[in-house]
Amino acid sequence: MLKRSYLVVTGLLLFAFILSIALGAVYISPGNALRILLGKMPWLEFAQTWPDYFETILWEIRLPHTILVALTGAALAGSGAAFQGLFRNPLADPYLIGVASGAGLGAIAIMSFPHAGRYLIPAGAFLGALGTIFSVYALAKVGRIVPLTTLILAGVAIGSFTSAMTSFLMLMSDQMVLQAMGFLLGGSTVAGWEPLKIALPYFSLGITLLIFSGHSLNVLQFGEEQAQQLGVDVEKIKLFVIVSASLTTAAAVSFSGVIGFIGLVVPHVIRLIWGGDYKKLLPLSIIGGGSTLLVSDLMARITLAPRTLPVGIVTALIGAPFFLWILRRAKREVFW
Amino acid sequence: MSPGNLNGEILEIRSLSAAYENVLALNNVTLSLRRGEILGLIGPNGSGKTTLIRVLSGILKPKEGKVLINNLDITSYSPPQRARVLAVVPQARHLGGAFSVEQTVLLGRTAYLGFLGRPSKKDLEKTAWAMEQTSVDHLAKRKLAEISGGEQQRVLLARALAQDTPVLLLDEPTNHLDLRYQVSLLSLLKSLVKQQNLTVLMALHDLNQVAGNADRVALLVEGRLHSVGFPEEVLIPEFIQEAYQTQVEIILHPRTGVQYILPRT
Repeated sequence: MLKRSYLVVTGLLLFAFILSIALGAVYISPGNALRILLGKMPWLEFAQTWPDYFETILWEIRLPHTILVALTGAALAGSGAAFQGLFRNPLADPYLIGVASGAGLGAIAIMSFPHAGRYLIPAGAFLGALGTIFSVYALAKVGRIVPLTTLILAGVAIGSFTSAMTSFLMLMSDQMVLQAMGFLLGGSTVAGWEPLKIALPYFSLGITLLIFSGHSLNVLQFGEEQAQQLGVDVEKIKLFVIVSASLTTAAAVSFSGVIGFIGLVVPHVIRLIWGGDYKKLLPLSIIGGGSTLLVSDLMARITLAPRTLPVGIVTALIGAPFFLWILRRAKREVFW
Repeated sequence: MSPGNLNGEILEIRSLSAAYENVLALNNVTLSLRRGEILGLIGPNGSGKTTLIRVLSGILKPKEGKVLINNLDITSYSPPQRARVLAVVPQARHLGGAFSVEQTVLLGRTAYLGFLGRPSKKDLEKTAWAMEQTSVDHLAKRKLAEISGGEQQRVLLARALAQDTPVLLLDEPTNHLDLRYQVSLLSLLKSLVKQQNLTVLMALHDLNQVAGNADRVALLVEGRLHSVGFPEEVLIPEFIQEAYQTQVEIILHPRTGVQYILPRT
């Protein structure tokens, strides 16, 4: 039986998906966009009422871009939800706790080697993300809990440090400054099917591992001591969640740059509507994250068309006020 | 079951010491629990009651000595194995408020679930049974954050019952309960012990509850086992005064003969 929650988020994703392939500097009507797409199926035939280059735009540019953006949003929202469950803290977000910047540093470090292949970028990002999460965790821990304030402070401290390192690396090899700037602002610099083929395994692995973490995260919400008494190997599942969320963040950062607030806003809204059960919250956030980033990306592409804004600017403009709102609510700790 | 029956031992604590950092919290405690008994654990604040429960449930490693459950060292159990023989009812705090009562009780089945955490029919039946036993079934869909402290305490008991273990450890289970639920929780425990041969260790502050409900009593003072025995052997004015530094007198209930401990004023 398909629950209504899944129907709603999947419906939104399809809607955002169609808008994303149809709208842009060149307008293709959503109906035509769908016909071009479905016409690729061997058993479907539509009379062509559009110029040939529409097909090229749609097939070679918009579709791979849209899939990559949806995967990125899914990865960020999913890892955001997982970090929130792990730290038992509604403000944990791969961007705010510095993991995304850490992954960015790892990615830029690889880029700054002139001969390093592009396929090494995700590995660098993964190492950067893991290094950051372990440092932030060690710094933020007070006794056996990770309080809200120390988590954000540690995230800011480590985030500033990794950003400084990143700037340093960028200035050392000045020909890549522009490319790296765009990357760090969350403007996806890659296009076409080729990068997507490299990205897909990372995204699929990370997102699958995250979905498997649901029950463990549920048990952890009662604290590590009770989780252990209920029969969970706490250290093992924490490591599992950290590795899968870092891998997922790293995949998003490697292929789309550093994009903030999706990992914060999406799980929060889902939690408000459908509750805090991570077995539901994770998949719903993953689907919802895809549609949210698609809409943000669309806004980035069409507000100043034909120029494209980095999508990180759009998510920050929407996300930062939302963050302040959650901070006010979190003080009352009604739901946590 | 008579206290002399050594074959019935399910949990054995041998010369156990435990420490936080370098501060000794339990000092050379030797104690065993027999199948089907309720052992009341008493002692002043900071005497090591909660520490003992934390060591027995594998949270805190012993510094010296060992704990055996079914003749096997506690440290040789994996977390899920241990959770299938021993359940803990913690004091009601650190609750994930966003969970419903039913979801919370179902977490008691964690040690039986597969990797994905999908509950079987048996898991759901045990959950429903546990909620019914503790009278929280009418709250099934409510969020933990929305129910009272006493109701939360009963939900934690239900979660431990859903764990379906032969041994149950309770840390101040009657703390947040009003009179009616104190009485019903204690009589529920007694009937479960009788029906299912459950073994219960409960830390309690109320000495009169211990006197009326425990088969045996263990008195901890500053991390040492001061005395252990039948309630009428341990709950005597000399021991209580020594442990709590308070003058008490003991009277017997005219009908049941159970002793009542009253502070002398």
